[in-house]
Amino acid sequence: MSEARIRWISGPVLRATTDGRFALREAVEVGPQRLLGEVVSLDGEEVIIQVYEDTTGLKPGVVIVGTGQPLAIRVGPGLLGNMFDGLLRPLAGSSSAFVTPGVAPARTGMLPFRPKVAKGDRLARGAIFGEVEGAGGRVQRCLVPPDREGEVVTVAPAGSYAEDAAVLALRDDAGATHEVAMSHLWAVRVPRPVRLRRPGAKPLVTSQRILDCLFPVAQGGKAAIPGGFGTGKTVLLEALAKGCDADVIVYLGCGERGNEMAGVLEEFPELTDPRSGRPLMERTVIIANTSNMPVAAREASIYSAVTVAEYFRDQGQHVALMADSTSRWAEALREVSGRFGELPGEGGYPAYLSSRLADFYERAAVVETLAGATGSVTVMGAISPPSGDFSEPVTSHTKRYVKAFWALDVRRAQARFYPAVNPLLSYAEDAHVFAEWWAANGNPEWVALRRKFLTLLDDQARLERMARIIGKDALPLRQQLTLFCAELVNEAFLRQSALSPIDRAASPARQSAMMRLIGRYTELAESAVNAGARLEDLAALPSYRQVLRMGEEIGEEDLEKFGALAAAVEREIGALVQEKEKRNAATTAG
Amino acid sequence: MQPRLLVEGAARKLDGPLLFLRRTLEVGLNDAVEVRGRDGRARLGRVAALDEESMTIEVLENTSGLGLAESVVRFFGEPLNFPLGPGILGRVFNGVGQVVDGGPPIAARENYRIEGMPINPFARATPRDFIETGVTAIDLMNSLVRGQKLPIFSGGGLPHDRIAVEIAGHARLRKGKGGDFAIVFAGIGVPFDTAEFFRASLEKSGALERTALFLNLASDSSTQRLLTPRFALTAAEYLAFVEGKHVLVILTDLTNYCEALREVSSSKGEIPSRKGFPGYMYSDLATLYERAGCIKGYPGTLTQLPILTMPADDIGHPIPDLTGYITEGQIVLSRDLDRRGVYPPINVLPCLSRLMKDGTGGKYTDPDHPALSSQLYAAYARAAQTRVLASVVGEEGLSAADRKYLAFGGEFEGTLVNQTSARSLDESMAVGWDLLKALPKTELTRLSDRQIAEHVEK
Repeated sequence: MSEARIRWISGPVLRATTDGRFALREAVEVGPQRLLGEVVSLDGEEVIIQVYEDTTGLKPGVVIVGTGQPLAIRVGPGLLGNMFDGLLRPLAGSSSAFVTPGVAPARTGMLPFRPKVAKGDRLARGAIFGEVEGAGGRVQRCLVPPDREGEVVTVAPAGSYAEDAAVLALRDDAGATHEVAMSHLWAVRVPRPVRLRRPGAKPLVTSQRILDCLFPVAQGGKAAIPGGFGTGKTVLLEALAKGCDADVIVYLGCGERGNEMAGVLEEFPELTDPRSGRPLMERTVIIANTSNMPVAAREASIYSAVTVAEYFRDQGQHVALMADSTSRWAEALREVSGRFGELPGEGGYPAYLSSRLADFYERAAVVETLAGATGSVTVMGAISPPSGDFSEPVTSHTKRYVKAFWALDVRRAQARFYPAVNPLLSYAEDAHVFAEWWAANGNPEWVALRRKFLTLLDDQARLERMARIIGKDALPLRQQLTLFCAELVNEAFLRQSALSPIDRAASPARQSAMMRLIGRYTELAESAVNAGARLEDLAALPSYRQVLRMGEEIGEEDLEKFGALAAAVEREIGALVQEKEKRNAATTAG
Repeated sequence: MQPRLLVEGAARKLDGPLLFLRRTLEVGLNDAVEVRGRDGRARLGRVAALDEESMTIEVLENTSGLGLAESVVRFFGEPLNFPLGPGILGRVFNGVGQVVDGGPPIAARENYRIEGMPINPFARATPRDFIETGVTAIDLMNSLVRGQKLPIFSGGGLPHDRIAVEIAGHARLRKGKGGDFAIVFAGIGVPFDTAEFFRASLEKSGALERTALFLNLASDSSTQRLLTPRFALTAAEYLAFVEGKHVLVILTDLTNYCEALREVSSSKGEIPSRKGFPGYMYSDLATLYERAGCIKGYPGTLTQLPILTMPADDIGHPIPDLTGYITEGQIVLSRDLDRRGVYPPINVLPCLSRLMKDGTGGKYTDPDHPALSSQLYAAYARAAQTRVLASVVGEEGLSAADRKYLAFGGEFEGTLVNQTSARSLDESMAVGWDLLKALPKTELTRLSDRQIAEHVEK
């Protein structure tokens, strides 16, 4: 163990003198409270250390002990369903209601272990050697750490063990024996190795219509959600965490509100995962570094979160990582960089902001794991641009690395139109790839309808600008029809309340039914207008209001009601057309 | 009490608020100190940086009049504390927690760190109890719940002080009596007359005896301004989590706080960020705002109502912008409504209460409350759009439906936002349902058929 003594302190940054050996990015423990820190710079006999906790009370001369390891977190089967701080220390089980500095006690719940290998088996890196069955019958696989391999010397029989107790011993090629527990340590800043990366071919179903149908993200893809304050980033991320079809959710609250985390913690155990029927919390890991917790740990929290996501991916699971918000992480980077006295770049951020963002988003992927299974990590990051200005550095850099961009809009949010995704500023680069998936899932018209909706929304923006000059009534009827249909797409399809028990999640089948119904409605409305009907006539039909409210009224269980509603629409508009045609014939004859 | 150590003649350099000393004794980072100059006046400070030979003291008050040779530094051996005990309600303190009402000092039970400790997110309870403020634009449209932090974004000359006093006097649980709350009021860099207005209004309403007042006047040192909210919040945490009270904290004016932060940061030579404010302003403000909340197993709660004046009425200015990112919503006042005589002049469109979803609806207020609020929002937003249209093409250029919305917008401001006396939530809801009667039924897409039949068509 190398030792150093503090020479200089300012905020979370220490300079210490040493005659031992320290490595860059080595984790250290500072003082009697064993505050966690990391070596960030070496200069002769001096090391510079960034401390992840409150440094109040530290003095020159205090001893710093090196751990000999890079900053690492313990990943294992005990993670699911729990809440951790930015360095993956459990927040549950603390005796105080307040976060106090110092290393938290290790979590040592007993977990039921079942071995899957026998003495003499040869295990490769990242191989599966056992299983842990959780409360709801959920099976987690125990992995050999990706940097270990060898022949099984001993393996513990089935039974209850502490997560970090050795249950397996491996002899490597050099003849050395290594003990392996159900959990293992992994350096947070190092991506976990995989066999190979694959292109994403399937969308991540988010259960949000505006995202799935207009701006889909690939499983293993990356999406950014920029939006000014109050535009609903957090509500949208929470809705995604509840509704998306991932096996595991890693929810990172990075520099955000404590009450939100409490809300997630209270709500998730009560909601059920529609796919497994089990509480949502059982598939969720929450990492919370609230805005008032130490800022250096906020910088590390994003790496902890993505490492946890990769750990579950390596078990052959599909993982969705929600990071709220990456701007707070970038600010932490800026603050710590300022303390080191580095030269500031754009917006005061360090010049390496862009490459750090790229490193983070590149860890999203579909992969073939070391054990040969397919897993993925999808990353969705919220961005909080100052004054809602998307030209600021974090947004503009992120834009270069993500494939889906879900821009939130103040005007929609003010009208309580949620999700407040602005369809004109948002994009999804991969959308064309998913046509096949939608066709296989019963919606071959997906591409055409998507194009139609996007065109309508685009026309709406243009026509509204024009209406502002000449008045809406002065627009030709066909253009008024476009506005009418675009409003229908907005109100009946894109608006989806995250609070509504019926509408908060929409399955692909329900989305398709609604999409087709609106597509058909616009065709019928056009025929009615051609026959001489006015838009007020259409709005007066009972089916109009029913279409507008179908999201709230027709749930997943009675999808056949969409058929009935479509029939009503055909009937009523058909009758309207006939009536108009009859009258037209009469006037021509007369 | 820790032993106090005196150091004399160790000062080497004085630069703005920073005093550099030779290190002659063992001190810890952030330890509190008291610096006394020739004038004999004690100034609070803290240890900002340390190395083997020297240390840097950040003096939290005006350093004019300090010298090097004759400066005496007293070390407290611990971070800045606030000794608190029963009987702080009804008292008046200055910005650094000293009693200034001429009464006896506080009988302290324990010392509390003024920086506080972050509440463990795991230990937090979700805020759920709806607070009736008597203001329709808040109760009906942007409900406040116990444990929330909901700032008022105002501008110079707008009646934010009056609104804050009225809320403090009226705040109650639904169908409860007023006066459920202990009030901690922190005036941060406020002019004397504002401070006096608060004191007199609270006295008149009888609320003064359940209020602890912390006053840092505009004439006090700006560095001290950084401490005032911390002393006030430490007292509030004591009341909430030690004495078990429900506490409403009013902080005014956060803009003065941020200006002081900028001043101190620049005198320390830190790299400025947006508009010269330090890059850590978000984290710094969070250490204040995040001290609101409810904790599992504790009976008391801490609700914050910070007030800030937006420089040049610009909501994109760093102060309201960063505040909006930390707090759970915002109440925005509008100069335009104020000019038209609407009181309270709350512009509901940019307003938001993030915790409304947790504290309204069947279990907490009324099952139809969220839908009504959402429908009123949708209609008022449409009215605002129509208004823009009408200002260009004239009212004649509007469709019949749009004209209805235009009229709705006027009514909404005139009868729902505008109010002459406090309303209960039921009264507020009745006003809301009433307004919707003027709109075509097909347009009310946020309401179910049942809600329309029960409330709008009856």
